[in-house]
Amino acid sequence: MSSDNAASTPYLIRGATLPDGTRTDLVLADGRIAEIGSGLSRAGASVVDAAGLIALPGLVDLHTHLREPGGEQSETILSGSQAAAVGGFTSVFAMANTSPVQDTAGVVDQVLALGEQAGYVTVQPIGAVTVGLAGERLAELGAMATSRARVRVFSDDGFCVSDPLLMRRALEYVKAFDGVVAQHSQEPRLTEKAQMNEGALSSELGMVGWPAVAEESIIARDVLLAEHVGSRLHVCHVSTAGSVDVIRWAKARGIQVTAEATPHHLMLTEDLVVGYDARFKVNPPLRRREDVEALRAGLADGTIDIVATDHAPHPIEAKDCEWDAAANGMVGLESALSVVHASVIDTGLLDWNDIARVLSSTPARIGRLAGQGQGLLVGGPAELTLYDPAASRVFGRGSLAGKSANSPYLEMTLPGRVQATFHRGYATVLDGALRPAAEIAAQGVRTHG
Amino acid sequence: MRHLLSTKGMSRDEAILLLDIAEDMADVANREVKKLPTLRGKTVVNLFFEDSTRTRISFEAAAKRLSADVINFSAKGSSVSKGESLKDTAQTLAAMGADGVVIRHPASGAPHVLAESGWIDAGIINAGDGTHEHPTQALLDAFTIRRRLHRGAARGKGLDGVTVTIVGDVLHSRVARSNLWLLTTLGAHVTFIAPPTLLPMDMSGWPAEAGFDLDAAIDAGPDVVMMLRIQQERMNAAFFPNSREYSRRWGLDDERFGRLAPTTIVMHPGPMNRGLEISSAAADSAGSTVREQVANGVSVRMAALYLLLSGDREDS
Repeated sequence: MSSDNAASTPYLIRGATLPDGTRTDLVLADGRIAEIGSGLSRAGASVVDAAGLIALPGLVDLHTHLREPGGEQSETILSGSQAAAVGGFTSVFAMANTSPVQDTAGVVDQVLALGEQAGYVTVQPIGAVTVGLAGERLAELGAMATSRARVRVFSDDGFCVSDPLLMRRALEYVKAFDGVVAQHSQEPRLTEKAQMNEGALSSELGMVGWPAVAEESIIARDVLLAEHVGSRLHVCHVSTAGSVDVIRWAKARGIQVTAEATPHHLMLTEDLVVGYDARFKVNPPLRRREDVEALRAGLADGTIDIVATDHAPHPIEAKDCEWDAAANGMVGLESALSVVHASVIDTGLLDWNDIARVLSSTPARIGRLAGQGQGLLVGGPAELTLYDPAASRVFGRGSLAGKSANSPYLEMTLPGRVQATFHRGYATVLDGALRPAAEIAAQGVRTHG
Repeated sequence: MRHLLSTKGMSRDEAILLLDIAEDMADVANREVKKLPTLRGKTVVNLFFEDSTRTRISFEAAAKRLSADVINFSAKGSSVSKGESLKDTAQTLAAMGADGVVIRHPASGAPHVLAESGWIDAGIINAGDGTHEHPTQALLDAFTIRRRLHRGAARGKGLDGVTVTIVGDVLHSRVARSNLWLLTTLGAHVTFIAPPTLLPMDMSGWPAEAGFDLDAAIDAGPDVVMMLRIQQERMNAAFFPNSREYSRRWGLDDERFGRLAPTTIVMHPGPMNRGLEISSAAADSAGSTVREQVANGVSVRMAALYLLLSGDREDS
C-alpha cells in the first residue's frame, strides 16, 4: 500500500466489500468516487488492497464535543478531528458548549474555519439555542443559519431547554431555515445532584439517582410541542426503555421526531459504577440491561434513527477523583464503530447497510449537511472508510487519537478496526494509522481553496 | 483485614472476630490504665471532609488508647471547592507516613477510591461516605445489641433471630445501610419504617422488610427499635410537610414507647432530636442504649484499628 498522499493522486481501492455484501473496486479521483466496478485500473493511482474490508460511506457524528474554543487542555478541533478520522468519521457536528459558547455567527464561523484548517473531517458547528446556554433567551439562530457555517442544528446540550415556552419558540423559529432543535432531555428539578441511574443500585450505594422519568417526561412534552407547532425535533442520547416507547408512539402519530443513541448506552450498564471508576460517569447515566436491550431494539426497528457518539473529552484530573467530583462524559469517536459492531452487528440486529444508514446517511440528513452521507455512488463525494470486521483488538490508550483518555473501553477487547478513511478524496487514515497533520492540513487548504 | 470500607461483603466470621476483639478492648476501658502499647509508632490520620465531632473524637480516643500517634486533618467542604483534590490530599498524607487513614467524606465511594487508587498505601477505615455506609457505626450497634442480649457471654455469638426495626430517614442514612448488611449477616431480621419519600426508590435487593406504619411495627414487638436522626432541612425538599407531622406519624413518642415490651432495646446513633424522632422518656429509659453506644464505639474502633494496623497488615 502506498503512503503517497499527494494532492492529485487518485486511489484505486481493490476488492472492497460494499455494505450490501458485493465485492468491488473503487476509484477515487478529484474528490469524487470516479468509478465502481470489478477489475478496475487507473494509471498513477495509489493502490489500496481492501480484501476482507468493508467499504462504508464516511461516518457522520451528529454529537461531538470538540472543546475548542475554551477547553483546549482536553481537546482541540485538530485533535478531535484526528480522533474522528481514526474512528472512520468524515464529518462531525461540533456541540455548542464551548467557551465562549457557539451562540453567535462569529464563534460558529471560527469553529468551521479551524475545522477546515485541520482538514481531517468536515467540522459542522452546532449553534446554541439560548444565549450562553443559560436557558433564558434565544440566541441569534438566524444569524448562525445564514453565516458561512450554515448552522441547521441547534442545541443547548449539557443543559435541557427546560422552559416549555422557550422550547416551543425555538422549535417554531428554526422552521424559517429548515433547522432542528436537538434537545438534551433532562428535567432539571428531577435530577438535582444526580450521580447515576436511579434504581436498586443507586439505592444501595446511597447515590442521588437520575430517574428515567426525568428524561421521558421531557421527551413526551417535546414531541407534543413539535406536533403542535409542526416542527422538527431531534432527541439527543436517548437512554431509557421508556423513552424508546414515547418516541415510537410519537413516530406512529406522524410527529417529526428523530432520535439518537450513543454507543456506550448500546453496550454498557450501570453496574460498572460499583467500583467508583469515574470513566463510567456520563450524562445521561449508564442504565439497566433492559434499557440497553430496548435501545438496541429501537435502533433495529427505526425508532432510534442514528448512533451519535457524545464524544466528551476530559482532562485526567476531572476523572482521577471521587465519583461525585468527577466530570460527566466519555470519549467515543475512536471506539464508536467497534462498539456498534459488538452491540448490534454481532447480535444480529443490524447489518452493514443499516450501519451506513444510522452512522452516515441519516445523521447527515437530520443535520442538512451537504457533501456527506450520500452513500457510495459514482460521482458522489469521496467520503468513505474501510473497516476490517474480522479484526479483534484490546482497546488501549494507543487506540485513542484525541487528547483525552477518558474512554470506558480501555483494556476491553473490541471487534473490528478502521483501516483507512478518505475525506474529500484524500486519505486521513491509511494502514490503520493517522496521516500526519501537516500533510492533511495541506490537503485541506488545497480542497477548500 | 486490609481496609474497612463497608459491611456489605463482610463475612459472619470476620464480623464476629471484630466484635470479639472489641470485647477485649472494652475490658481495657475498665482498667485503671486504659492504654495498650499495640500501635506505638503507628500514625493514624483522621481525614474528615465533613464535620463530625462525635465520630472523630471516638476514633481519636480509640487510636490513642492503642498508643498510636493521631493527626486530625479537617478538610471541610468538598475537595473541589477547597481547591485540593482527594488525590493530592492522599499523597500528602502518604508522604507524611500515615499508616492508617480514617476518612469521612460526603461522596459515596470516596474511601473505596482512596483504598484502590494507589495514591496511598495506608489502611483505610470508612468513617461514613455520603449516604452509602458507616461500617463502624453498624459494628458498634451490633456490639451493643449483642452485649445487651448476652451480657458477659457474648463472645463468639451472632444475632440470630433478633428482630430489629429501624425507623426514619432510611434514604439518606449510611447507618441504615451498614446496619442492614451487618445485622442480617449476623442472623438478625431487619425491618425499615419510614415515610414513603424517605425510603430508597428500589429496595428489592435488600434482605429486609419495609413499611410505612410505625404503630404496626411497634405492636409487632421487635427486640430492637433503632431511631434515625431526622434532618430538619429535609422538610424544605418536600420529603415531609413539617416536623410536627413527622413526629406524630414516625416519632417514638411516649405513647408508642409505652407500648413496647420493657425488654425492648431502644437505640439512636446520635445526635438526637429530642421531641422529634424520639421522646426524652424513651431516650433516657432503661431500655435506651444511647450512651452505651458511644462507649462501645470506642471499643469497636479500637478493634478495627488493631485489625488493620497491628503487625503485618497483609495478614488478615
